[in-house]
Amino acid sequence: MNGISVRTATLLALAVIILLAPVLFPSSFYYRVGALIFINGLAAMGLVVLVGYAGQVSLGHAGFSGIGAYACALGPVHLGLPPLVCVALGAAVSGLLAFLVGRPILRLKAHYLAVATLGLGILIYMVINNEGWLTGGPDGMTVPSLGVRSLLKGYGIKVTSSEMWYWISGVVLLAGAFVALNLHNSPAGRALRSLHDSEVAASTIGIDVARMKLTAFVISAVYASVAGSQVALMNRFVTPDVAGFMHSVELLTMTVLGGAASVLGAVVGATILTALPQVLTVFEDFEHVLLGLIMMLVMIFLREGLVPSLARRMRRSAP
Amino acid sequence: MSEFLQFLFSGITVGSVYALVALGFILIFNASGVVNFAQGEFVMLGGMITYFTYSAGVPLAAAAVFAILVTCLAGVALNKLAIGPARGASVVSLIIITIGASIFLRGLAQVVFDKQLHRFPSISGDDPISIGGATILPQSLWIIGGALGAFLALYLFFSHTLTGKAVLATANNKLAAQLVGIGTNNMMTLSFALSAAVGALGGVLMTPVTLTSYDVGLTLALKGFAGAILGGMGSPFGALAGGLLVGLIEAMTAGYISSEYKDAVAFIVILLVLFVMPNGLFGRSALERV
Repeated sequence: MNGISVRTATLLALAVIILLAPVLFPSSFYYRVGALIFINGLAAMGLVVLVGYAGQVSLGHAGFSGIGAYACALGPVHLGLPPLVCVALGAAVSGLLAFLVGRPILRLKAHYLAVATLGLGILIYMVINNEGWLTGGPDGMTVPSLGVRSLLKGYGIKVTSSEMWYWISGVVLLAGAFVALNLHNSPAGRALRSLHDSEVAASTIGIDVARMKLTAFVISAVYASVAGSQVALMNRFVTPDVAGFMHSVELLTMTVLGGAASVLGAVVGATILTALPQVLTVFEDFEHVLLGLIMMLVMIFLREGLVPSLARRMRRSAP
Repeated sequence: MSEFLQFLFSGITVGSVYALVALGFILIFNASGVVNFAQGEFVMLGGMITYFTYSAGVPLAAAAVFAILVTCLAGVALNKLAIGPARGASVVSLIIITIGASIFLRGLAQVVFDKQLHRFPSISGDDPISIGGATILPQSLWIIGGALGAFLALYLFFSHTLTGKAVLATANNKLAAQLVGIGTNNMMTLSFALSAAVGALGGVLMTPVTLTSYDVGLTLALKGFAGAILGGMGSPFGALAGGLLVGLIEAMTAGYISSEYKDAVAFIVILLVLFVMPNGLFGRSALERV
């Protein structure tokens, strides 16, 4: 790369997007969509580490989002914890669960791994959905406020909830991108990426394949959990759908759509899949038809995902 | 005892539907190495098309045949338009393509048909047959017969016909199959058509008992997939046994433990089987070529 590294360029691009996008927002509704994009982007970034770097697939990461979300819903009520501690608690529980189930699950390959993670996600969903006495069941439950707005009010600053969450999720997204990009260039990241190409080759040069996969799994679970916590705190309400299979599919699709190995791609994928339903409400009944079509077309014609495919095309056309 | 029999009957009935889905899964997986998440949509199409053709005044048998044929076309289209062009793509891409196909077909059914639950009459009436204090619907016997019939037909097809062996050869080594003069593309098309037909048959048979709607596919795909994995993702026998097992485990759990967690137990069993025997109950281990 001439001049600046991919890492700096990506971080700069993200920061500029986060700072300048509000200029184009005609109403505060767009702050909400923006916040949702950043939150989904964070979860997708976690999957970039797992899918793009380490080459492992997961169809169950919404389960970890569910843990993060319900930690924020249950923690303050049952344990009397402040919301921020609950975010950390959710992340810790998700990380621990990923650590415990990761080793046996990650021994599996490709489709078997897909179905095992899918099973894990569905089990988490079922527990949330069925244990109504604790989680409110399918009806969901309310989530206590983060308390930042009332704090700001004390200083005479008034912001809408959507605006505040736009900036919070934007900063968290930047932090997530910073960690993921640093990992990419670290020895651990290079080890991770070596398994993507060939696990046998990676192990012959002394890489602890099982441990590296587990690391990626735990990292991605923590990302998904923090994303889930943010959604719960922003909406002040949470339903089991946050942990559902379709949400897992959405997260994986966001990751791969933008380019599985690209941190910027995760945000692009999240933007498309989050903004699309808002745009497609015009077509109402055709929403699913179009979503399915887009998923198939991108995967057939832009296999590496949007960002890497377009970057390659631009590089080729450059003199 | 009669209670146990009742759970057994219901387990075998749903298990037979799962077995049909699992059989469809392995047909495509064997031929192309693709796990088709849209498999459940074939079942949905089978039921929905039959219902709407039947309500238009066509006799039930003709409506069922028509539905199976149309679903076959959908399977062939899936291969030609989505899986074929993406050949050589990564596993994750293929998973997303078939999930995309599943969402697409579900969306299409919702637009072309409707969002209601539908059923059409059973083949041999709705009078339950009583056996040992438990009852079973005649339609359940048709479902079980359908699964056994499909299994037997596929078994004979693969072991006793030249075309069947050609499909197996294609699955085993595409290049080698081409070298001995097998039209591998045709074999691939055939596998998708057969798989869709088996799925649609499941839809036609189950609808009088379980009803159908545009969104029944996903759950069925997951359970059928579970059955296929349990059976080792290879032989038709594994798929049949795996599907039946998932149905039985589910029914017993619903009966004796908790109906809320009946779906969970299927997945717990799958996770355990994968941990202990990563190649399923009847599968052989595959070597990774480096």
